[in-house]
Amino acid sequence: MSPLLEVRDLTIRFRQDGRVNEAVKQVSFTVAKGETVALVGESGSGKSVTALATVSLLPDSAEVTGSVTWAGREMVGAAERDLRRVRGNDISFIFQEPMTSLNPLHTLERQIAESLALHQGLSGAAARARIIELLHKVGISDGESRLGAYPHQLSGGQRQRVMIAMALANGPELLVADEPTTALDVTIQAQILELLAELKRAEGMSMLFITHDLGIVRAIADRVCVMQGGEIVEQGPTAAIFANPQHPYTQKLLAAEAKGRPDPVAADAPEVLRTDALRIWFPITAGLLRKTVGHVKAVNAASIAVRAGETLGVVGESGSGKTTLGLAILRLIRSDGPVLFQGRDIQGLQSGDLRPLRADMQVVFQDPFGSLSPRMTVQEIIAEGLGVHGARGGNPRDMVAAMMAEVGLDPATMARYPHEFSGGQRQRVAIARAMILRPKLVVLDEPTSALDMTVQVQIVDLLRDLQRKYGLAYLFISHDLRVVRALAHHVIVMKQGDVVEAGAASEIFANPQTAYTRALMAAAFDLRAEAL
Amino acid sequence: MTPLNQRRWRNFKANRRAFWSLILFSVLFGLSLLAEFIANDKPLLIRYAGGYYTPIFRFYPETAFGGDFQTEAIYRDTFVKCLVVAAANDGCLDDPAATLADAADGDIGGTAIAKGFILWPPIPYSFNTINDIDGTAPSPPDAKHWLGTDDTARDVAARVIYGFRLSVAFALIVTFSTSVIGIAAGAVQGYFGGLIDLTFQRIIELWGAIPTLYVIIIMAAFVRMNFWLLVFLMVLFGWTGLVGVVRAEFLRARNFEYVRAARALGVSNRTIMFRHVLPNAMVATLTFLPFIITGAIGTLASLDFLGFGLPSSLPSLGELTLQAKQNLQAPWLGFTAFITFATMLSLLVFIFEGVRDAFDPRKIFR
Repeated sequence: MSPLLEVRDLTIRFRQDGRVNEAVKQVSFTVAKGETVALVGESGSGKSVTALATVSLLPDSAEVTGSVTWAGREMVGAAERDLRRVRGNDISFIFQEPMTSLNPLHTLERQIAESLALHQGLSGAAARARIIELLHKVGISDGESRLGAYPHQLSGGQRQRVMIAMALANGPELLVADEPTTALDVTIQAQILELLAELKRAEGMSMLFITHDLGIVRAIADRVCVMQGGEIVEQGPTAAIFANPQHPYTQKLLAAEAKGRPDPVAADAPEVLRTDALRIWFPITAGLLRKTVGHVKAVNAASIAVRAGETLGVVGESGSGKTTLGLAILRLIRSDGPVLFQGRDIQGLQSGDLRPLRADMQVVFQDPFGSLSPRMTVQEIIAEGLGVHGARGGNPRDMVAAMMAEVGLDPATMARYPHEFSGGQRQRVAIARAMILRPKLVVLDEPTSALDMTVQVQIVDLLRDLQRKYGLAYLFISHDLRVVRALAHHVIVMKQGDVVEAGAASEIFANPQTAYTRALMAAAFDLRAEAL
Repeated sequence: MTPLNQRRWRNFKANRRAFWSLILFSVLFGLSLLAEFIANDKPLLIRYAGGYYTPIFRFYPETAFGGDFQTEAIYRDTFVKCLVVAAANDGCLDDPAATLADAADGDIGGTAIAKGFILWPPIPYSFNTINDIDGTAPSPPDAKHWLGTDDTARDVAARVIYGFRLSVAFALIVTFSTSVIGIAAGAVQGYFGGLIDLTFQRIIELWGAIPTLYVIIIMAAFVRMNFWLLVFLMVLFGWTGLVGVVRAEFLRARNFEYVRAARALGVSNRTIMFRHVLPNAMVATLTFLPFIITGAIGTLASLDFLGFGLPSSLPSLGELTLQAKQNLQAPWLGFTAFITFATMLSLLVFIFEGVRDAFDPRKIFR
């Protein structure tokens, strides 16, 4: 079989401030007809840049050398007109973020029709019929009634389906999927992966699949290219690589899975947090007098309790109210019902009275890029809480240095800015900022889900160490059940604001009671979509 | 300087046009700040009868140089010149010009005198000096008046130097004040949102609907306009310009996770606004600054042109333009006004274009 896409000695350099940064070095691989090739690697390893370079979609600051041939034609340096004919027609793309990949002002019909009109000259009734057919193909069965819908009226999974429908519109021979499921829930991820595999079979497409998740690779790819620092360090058939990884980096990637179980909690550990039927309803107002006509019920009657040294895992799909619950416990949003923190009801305290308590309850957010102010040095970021609550008899600079060493950062880097750190290091900075106040309770809002697998493992280990050392109570919010299993003593499962299941982690994982929990687990551990 | 600002400065320097515009503008504005030493009808230094005098800084009556009047000496008068150089020789009363010429060699009619001297600035006229010229005003450029004189026989070169300073100073003061007020108002609105935002937004809509130019014209009809009153009026109606941008940036940033993290740390609202949100809103704000600066210069010029701006005794480029319109037979007025405005506005636009690009993280400089 002759390769459809052949990449030979591809090197991509970016120039900035007179410095040259080599993002991709001498990369060679092929994609044959009907084959799925996965590019795997951590963020920054050059996966996406490689994929974009195949149809010259890189910014002007990039210098591309080497050769990319598509069906025998050279693509590097090809005329823009020829490239446009290939893009979206022979080679289609699906990107990571379905919300920003769709134009928010266009209806589904217009989004898809644009590409049909451009490459096939279809319009009117013919285009409409084709669009409905495409929507049906990607599993949106009520396609006809959905044609007038705008992107914000669709769920994340539906949006990604529309993206796929757009990519399929012109019957491409190669589909480039750049982390198409990373922004989705585990259950939706499983559905999308199944859809892609099925479409590939039905249409006889090739697929170039970019991901950092080896679980997905195993489920979907025929061949794997493992990338590290801009180079392909190992490539071969999926089964062979998984069975017998040769390169140490591949071995490290394969070994990276959050392992271990939480340490047992002392029987006499004091209770740190308790809520009783906590309710978070956002009023919907209408009319001139802003009368409340209904509520968005973010959380209904959540009763939880966490003891010192204990981790409560909160799991559920996005939109199930996990994060809202965490923010309400920290009194960052309004809620109803008692919140007892160390036996004291903090519901209704004024912000002035609440301030001293803030030192004892801290939060670590999901996105290590968004949660650190880009204009402050790491030292300023970590020391900020000390400025509010006092350094408690120490020199702030020394305390920051000690804290950085404790979370595994080099104290010599404290004068640097967040953008000079990797994602994992930034998450360590965010953890240091929370921990330097020696809190009793830490709300961890998906602290690992934006990180690469290998880094996830390190962060989980760090969190477990800190818990052991200081007897911290964690409220661990995540949709990643593998990480929850490694950290949580107790688990509550949330679905659309309701707690559908609660109990000891070991019991829930061994013997889930509700269909919803079972579906979550099937998706997380086996990448299998199970009917809800 | 932080690494980020170092990068910006490098980027700015890489833009040759912006960098040289900045240097040229700084030199011009620096010189115009020293306008009193460049164009003045008072000498920089006088040596008279063995003593030194600095009229540019101090008041000296004519009697100080042996004259008759208690009023300030008119140094450009040949009589006063003669008094100074010839050490108040009696000959000055009869024939000052001849005596002055005679005193050049250090003695008058064979008698040695304590010869003095007058050190003049390069342009020996101030912006409001009314000169004796041969023929009618406006007079064309010549060796004495490099850019000619205007219709009241005032030196155009001197008026341009002072007018440039006045325009730029006016624009900078107005821009700074409107920015401070606008950023503060926008920050409060965007950060707190809700009812505060709603109320202020409506107030700003009403305020913005007031036609500024007519209000200033009406004010000018019954109040004598001066520099600070005009600054006050411009700020009063101009502060809303930046509110929208800053408000939008704050609305966006207040839900960022680092702002949430700061609130979870118990940091006060004011600190969050200034330390966490404002620095990130500055880039959008900076994009608007050149428009405010050039807008302020333009407004001042048009008010002066219409005759509702500063009093006509003050050096104003707008007033020069008006004179150019009224005296089409004197094209040097129009050309001078045009070139001055074109240079000033172009330099400012080039500089801020460079600043904006330097702050744009996506812009690549090779």
